[in-house]
Amino acid sequence: MGAYGLVGVATDGAWPEDLLGYGGGLGVLALVLHVAVRWRAPHADPLLIPVAMLLNGLGLALIHRLDVAEDTAFAERQLAWSAVGLLLATLVVVLLRDHRWLRRYTFTAMVVGLVLLVMPLVPGLGRNINGAQIWVRVGPIGFQPGELAKIVLTVFFAGYLVTARDTLSLVGPKVLGLQLPRLRDLGPLVVAWLASLGVLVLERDLGTSLLFFGLFVAMLYVATQRFSWIAIGLVLFAGGAVFAWSIFAHVQARVSAWLDPFSSAIYGKSYGGSYQLVQGLFGFAHGGLLGTGIGQGRPQIVPEAESDFILATLGEELGLTGLLAVLVVYLVLVERGLRTAVAVRDGFGKLLAGGLAFAIGLQCFVVAGGVLRVIPLTGLTMPFLAYGGSSLVANWMIVGLLLRVSDAARRPAPAVPEPEGAPVVPDEAGSAATQVVRL
Amino acid sequence: MNAPLRRLAVVVTAMFTALMVAATWVQFVDAGSLRADPRNSRTLYDQLGRERGPITTADGTVIAESVPKDDRYRYQRTYPEGELYSAVTGTYSVTTGPSGLERAEDGYLSGTSDKLFYRRISDLLTGTQPGGAVVETTLRDAVQKAAADGLGDQQGAVVALDPKTGDVLALYSSPGWDPNALADHDTSAAAAARKELTDADGDPLVSKATSQSYPPGSTFKLVTTAAALESGKYTADSVLDGPAELTLPQTTATLANDDDRPCGTDGRTSLADALRVSCNTAYANLGLALGQDALREQAQKFGFDKAFDIPTRVAASKFPSQDLNPPQLAQSSIGQFSVQATPMQMAMVAAAIANGGVVMQPNLVRTVRGRDLAVLDAPRPTEVGRAVSGQTASSLTAMMEGVVQSGTGRRAQIPGVSVAGKTGTAQTVPGAAPHAWFTAFAPADDPEVAVAVFVENGGNAAQEASGGSVAAPIAKSVIQAALAAQGSGSNG
Repeated sequence: MGAYGLVGVATDGAWPEDLLGYGGGLGVLALVLHVAVRWRAPHADPLLIPVAMLLNGLGLALIHRLDVAEDTAFAERQLAWSAVGLLLATLVVVLLRDHRWLRRYTFTAMVVGLVLLVMPLVPGLGRNINGAQIWVRVGPIGFQPGELAKIVLTVFFAGYLVTARDTLSLVGPKVLGLQLPRLRDLGPLVVAWLASLGVLVLERDLGTSLLFFGLFVAMLYVATQRFSWIAIGLVLFAGGAVFAWSIFAHVQARVSAWLDPFSSAIYGKSYGGSYQLVQGLFGFAHGGLLGTGIGQGRPQIVPEAESDFILATLGEELGLTGLLAVLVVYLVLVERGLRTAVAVRDGFGKLLAGGLAFAIGLQCFVVAGGVLRVIPLTGLTMPFLAYGGSSLVANWMIVGLLLRVSDAARRPAPAVPEPEGAPVVPDEAGSAATQVVRL
Repeated sequence: MNAPLRRLAVVVTAMFTALMVAATWVQFVDAGSLRADPRNSRTLYDQLGRERGPITTADGTVIAESVPKDDRYRYQRTYPEGELYSAVTGTYSVTTGPSGLERAEDGYLSGTSDKLFYRRISDLLTGTQPGGAVVETTLRDAVQKAAADGLGDQQGAVVALDPKTGDVLALYSSPGWDPNALADHDTSAAAAARKELTDADGDPLVSKATSQSYPPGSTFKLVTTAAALESGKYTADSVLDGPAELTLPQTTATLANDDDRPCGTDGRTSLADALRVSCNTAYANLGLALGQDALREQAQKFGFDKAFDIPTRVAASKFPSQDLNPPQLAQSSIGQFSVQATPMQMAMVAAAIANGGVVMQPNLVRTVRGRDLAVLDAPRPTEVGRAVSGQTASSLTAMMEGVVQSGTGRRAQIPGVSVAGKTGTAQTVPGAAPHAWFTAFAPADDPEVAVAVFVENGGNAAQEASGGSVAAPIAKSVIQAALAAQGSGSNG
């Protein structure tokens, strides 16, 4: 709550009067969520809401700042979506009394997830925006089902893996010291691999497929504790990547833009060139250590500055300092989620919380890595920060689920109060913080 | 399942660490080169949006300043004096970037110079908008105005130097141009203005004082004389052959005196008299006797064959580098053939003679001050080198005084002041009117100003023009203005 208030104060200069009202409304909604959590999930992790709210508010401020520059009205829509997200998170906390209820819907979740994934391909429903077929339009509202599929499929993976973990991890031949699973147990992995490749091929959405695949491999590893899965996953991923690279021009374009963005041939291409990436890097460089200050930079030069490239906006106006701070905030969010997974007692909860938290972390890495030229640009949105209703709503629902799971994790045991687990998170966060200092 | 979860946490931390390293790389380590990338329009916007420091004359007249404007650049660069100083200031265009002094002193003016680093930090901490430094030039209003008035609508250039320090007192190229038009934020209007100037008669955008070189004609005889005196084989009284017409060796071509009459009595003349009446045939003979190496070396000692910065760029003046045959050498020794000099270079020749033979580096910038008026930079007078010995310089001075007292440069006489000068009437292409030149310094005993006046194709006098009739009067008025200004104000 305090964090959101700070953001409000920080952007007061650029915040018109009517939006202060909106901001107040959002604050009220956040308060509602908070109260709901106190009521329904009293032991939930106290950090989750403020952290998500901070990112959400900061994103709103940046988007609004871009609106001022470009004369658009993204912030108002983002505000509405934030409200929807907060309400849904509240509903999740209030209605879902126990996360284990979700386990009953494992296969329903699978079907729903796959349906969500293929929805954009349905003629009449799907919309192709900027070359990626990831949108669905129903009447006036457009959304990206892939974002919701992320949650639903995590539920499915968690449910499925809890059931199948023993067969997956214990049975199978050993090759070169790696415990290989049986072929028929490989089924789900192959399905996931094919699904993510299918998304890549049919919807031309690199980011989502990368996210699903990474998420799935990570969850498999957590469930089975077999490193062999990671090895297999990496091999499959490498194969898929090479295959995609050799087949699809847009993948090749992304890779060459990543390898050599400054060559004028690639920079100058009207489509699939590196103009956006390079302008984004210019934005980062322009921000330097301390940034230009909100409203002082020129982030609107970068195309998609409010969505895919919101980080460039952040880096330009708040500088390296602000960017690192925001990355740390994300890290705290992810690590709190993983900490929840460590602490919760049931396997399903562990996988669910771990998967959801990792999904946020991986998404951050894929986006920020793309924008900062660590990996080729793929085009996802930064959770909470970037403009995008579907993403915002989905991530708030994730927060709702994590709240629910963390409540279960931190609830004192009915009989014997068990000692706290090893404090993983403070250590992690601590080491991250020291790294920041050292940078 | 906790062990893999913890490992996953480590992996996530590693991923974020990678991001942080990348962010640091992009925003800190590599930021400089990214900012310098020409495709980075932010840098330009930044510079345009910053309050650029003003440029002033030594008298405090503002010749370029940024005034607040309500558009995306926030400031409009304006040039209150317009055309008068255009050859110095250049312009600050939003499309083509800065030119002239705006470009040479960009670091200070824009506030991005490293010397302003601590000030930028304090600006950052105190939240003030960083502003550029003030560049004060060495130019004197009165001298610059005298130069512009003297040339009037004639095409040409005037350069005035302080011979002791190298300070540029006036730098004017005619026709001038309006820097305000090119600094227009309306890019189409600026482009139209630029096109108009590019197509205009007389090539206004190219400074005739520093960017273009012309045949210096007889003013180059100062260099030939210097080479002769330096060789030790000649004095002011040495007698030369100066017939009315000289048949050049190995050819049937001839080289004549301007009045087609022999110099001196029966074609014999002293070196001093040859300079006084600008005797071509005597100098051709002298050049042939000295040889091309001696001439070339002497020209280079005065600064020929080298471009330099004042801090705006001055084009190299040229003494032909190829092996000259005797006719070419004879032509070269009277400043013809392919000898080329900028007006700035000819002013330097006069200034070096005035300064006892030492060439001073011409310099436009007097001080650079921060917004708090602390001096950030004050270029010291710099010696480029010695062109001639002190003895040669004083001998040349006496000979140049003769030119003004009773020779071709009488129109430059100033009552009560001894002026030392040399005229030049330079042939260009056949049929075109000659360039009129005059280079001089005064007072001869303790020089305070050296000038070079160049009137392209003789200006209004056209075919009738000579250095003595067209350029010398302009030089006279510029010298008078300079002496008045130097006397009234301290300069340095």
